[in-house]
Amino acid sequence: MRPYFEDLANFLESRVKPSEIIVSRLSAEDSDFIRFNKSVVRQATAVRQIGWTLTLVEGTRRIDASLTLSGHMAADREALSGLLETLRAGIADVPEDPFLLLETTAASSSSERRGALPDPSQVIDEVLAAGRGLDLVGFHASGPIYKGFSSSLGVRHWHAVENFGFSWCLYHDRDKAVKTTYAGTEWESHAFAGKMRFAQEQLGRLGEKPQTLKPGAYRAFIAPAAMTEILGMLSWAGFGLKSRNTKQSALIRMADQDARLSHLVTLRENTREGIASGFQGEGFVRPESVALVEEGRLSSPLVSPRSAREYGVPTNGANSGETPESLDLASGVLPEADALAALDTGLYVGNLWYLNFSDRSACRLTGMTRFASFWVEDGRIRAPLNVMRFDDTAYRILGDNLEALTRERDLVPDDNTYGERSTVSMRTPGALVRDFALTL
Amino acid sequence: MLETLQAEFRKAAPAVDFCALRYVEESSEYLAVRQDVAEPPQLGTQRGVMVTVIDQGGLGYAATSDLSPAGMREAMARAHRYAKLTAGRSVVDYRTVAMPRPNGTYRSPVLKDPATLSRRDKYDLLAAESKSCRIDERIVDWEANLWSTDTHQAYFTADGGMVEQEFHFVVPNCSATAHANGETQTRTHAGRYNGFCRQGGLEILDAFGLEGSGRTVAEGALELLLSPNCPSGTMDVVLMPDQMMLQIHESIGHPLELDRILGDERNFAGTSFVTLDMFGKYRYGSELLNVTHDPTRPEQYASYGWDDDGLAAEKRFLIRAGILERPLGGTISQRRAGMEGVANTRACSWNRAPIDRMANLNIEPGKSTMDELIAAVDFGVMMRTNMSWSIDDSRNKFQFGCEWGRVIRKGKLAEVVKNPNYRGVSATFWRSLSGVGDESTFQVMGTPFCGKGEPSQSVRVGHASPACRFSNVDVFGGEG
Repeated sequence: MRPYFEDLANFLESRVKPSEIIVSRLSAEDSDFIRFNKSVVRQATAVRQIGWTLTLVEGTRRIDASLTLSGHMAADREALSGLLETLRAGIADVPEDPFLLLETTAASSSSERRGALPDPSQVIDEVLAAGRGLDLVGFHASGPIYKGFSSSLGVRHWHAVENFGFSWCLYHDRDKAVKTTYAGTEWESHAFAGKMRFAQEQLGRLGEKPQTLKPGAYRAFIAPAAMTEILGMLSWAGFGLKSRNTKQSALIRMADQDARLSHLVTLRENTREGIASGFQGEGFVRPESVALVEEGRLSSPLVSPRSAREYGVPTNGANSGETPESLDLASGVLPEADALAALDTGLYVGNLWYLNFSDRSACRLTGMTRFASFWVEDGRIRAPLNVMRFDDTAYRILGDNLEALTRERDLVPDDNTYGERSTVSMRTPGALVRDFALTL
Repeated sequence: MLETLQAEFRKAAPAVDFCALRYVEESSEYLAVRQDVAEPPQLGTQRGVMVTVIDQGGLGYAATSDLSPAGMREAMARAHRYAKLTAGRSVVDYRTVAMPRPNGTYRSPVLKDPATLSRRDKYDLLAAESKSCRIDERIVDWEANLWSTDTHQAYFTADGGMVEQEFHFVVPNCSATAHANGETQTRTHAGRYNGFCRQGGLEILDAFGLEGSGRTVAEGALELLLSPNCPSGTMDVVLMPDQMMLQIHESIGHPLELDRILGDERNFAGTSFVTLDMFGKYRYGSELLNVTHDPTRPEQYASYGWDDDGLAAEKRFLIRAGILERPLGGTISQRRAGMEGVANTRACSWNRAPIDRMANLNIEPGKSTMDELIAAVDFGVMMRTNMSWSIDDSRNKFQFGCEWGRVIRKGKLAEVVKNPNYRGVSATFWRSLSGVGDESTFQVMGTPFCGKGEPSQSVRVGHASPACRFSNVDVFGGEG
């Protein structure tokens, strides 16, 4: 795929006029998607797609257009030539853009991570065998992902990864399930079998009579998978410079009123240890790490090139939405093995679900417990929980009420596949909190 | 192009129990003016095909953006391989599903030709609304945008079925954010997630009320900034159509999706509190509740002639006089569940396999005027414009937040309040429906972003509703 990308980019850039800049971005994948339900297959789909986004800049005018391509050089040259002419014809009608900023310094980077991916037949065989006699529902996504960037200013980046992700639930009944994820670049049958065994052990705990809690404040241990949902809300609307400057950030009270999270909370955009590419859509290389929250105090915002120009500060390689792609919450000191003992009596929240803001300015969040969440007494799991709604501010959950973070952390790849497979990930410990507010 | 594609498909289709090809070409344009600065236009053209093969009881799909004969053949081979791999190991013997063999065409109604407005004209319209937002220094952000999409879709079956559908979508929006004394409030013309979305042409801009929308949202944001928090307590609420759309979507639409009820979505989007035995007898809501799946309303966002498995679209009651009648399930799910459903097997684009989705899911108008809905409230809150939504994975316990609220006191509208929220449980909430507005309160809304499925799919959904009144609802405001 890389020679194809470079040949096409070279072809386009050979046609650039002196007054123009041409930028190309490629996003391609060759994926196998297999859905399982009731321990058999529901849907199996192969997707081969090549997407190309062409940007034409003339002076301070910019126009962007994306196109799907066939992978055949002659046909794709013709398609992109036609698109370039369309953009040239249209750019005069585009207003000047005072906030236009592209990487202009010639640079290049390359990262490739090859994998040993399983054939779909192997996945189906192993999953069906493992799920025999159980109620397994799951989703497997696998294959190579390619990202390329090239501009007529001499900037060229390449990122390729071959990976897979299989997430599945073993259901006890209704909404009681154990969810597990196995992701990586090499499928190892014994590793999958090990995760399956662990999930089955947990499944046994769901057979107890479930407990229904009354609304109120409870001690809670929030497992890493559930923490990704809370951190996901901060990512959605918390860290960007634009949202901060337009007072729409969920963390605006940290920016304007010196509100703080717990000193235990240090958050970084940790590109170096993430899965996402090291470059963004205007060709800027991301720093290895950007401190977002340091010991509870708000630190650097994520700054896209557009915001950089608008607000007169340097960009730090953020995407256009100014959302983290490799968010990293620093570990604490609580050994994971001691988490239930430290919790003593309260909720073990395995997963959270469907979070949203009930008061964005106050960073007040609401959401539901999901899957394997349990009532714990004296440090021992006693019963599965019926789902409960929480409604509480991040300033309490990750602030005054945060008692500890675990020493161990999980790397959780984003398994969303809207349009294409995601390369976003998050690394987080679990959190022990008091007075976690349940409302319904 | 389509003739060539069809000929290639019929030539290459393998000798199997069923084979179909779905072609989608979608062109879009997104224009925005934020804080009086035009942002670069974003144009796009997506083009590709999805092959469906049923063989020996298995089902396989393969999608490709390579529309050459070789690309099509490869996609067919991959789909066929999947069908063989899953034969005898699938949720149903797909040979037993009677796949439709449709024929016909569908086109969105366009009253005002979009081609009469140039890109420069559109930017001028947006710039005018942006400029009119600047009414006060406390307005800290504002934007007007316009998203237009043309979709050309064809569906061929190897045994001669052929459907061609053309859709034109227009989605305008306008928003303003005000800030003072540590408080931020945003007002939009139809919700920050594009609640005003329809099929058609430039007449949609008139229906939206683009002209003047900038000043309206700016004044609205300032009004909220100066307003008290929504009161808390158990009270009546009157929900306007731009909030009703999300209430319908989350707590009727998703729980009635048959694939959720059959368990397909339990690893991601969730399950449903509704079970197969409830259809035909379960009291979902009060006698005032009438819910239809209606892909035939011309201007609505998710209207079509046939779904993506080729089933012809018809208006169907899902809930009549409060009693649950039928689920949202397409051809395959109907066979699996052994019950009738609707034509709603849909995919977001060429690169995703179709699954059960809402299309246009509407509440039928009742008999109350707006004045009558309000007059029956001793103390409560009217709420407009969805801002926040959350619901459990069985689609039962929910919580919603709106941009704007107004207290109702002794049957009269009183002060405006900010941060109105309410929570409840689907299984009981709809039974508290105590008033349904008439045609004069009815509005056609929707969302471009209904997420579901593995792999993930974001599809267009329409929701039309009158204003509705609910009794004894748990209402609350913000942090203060």
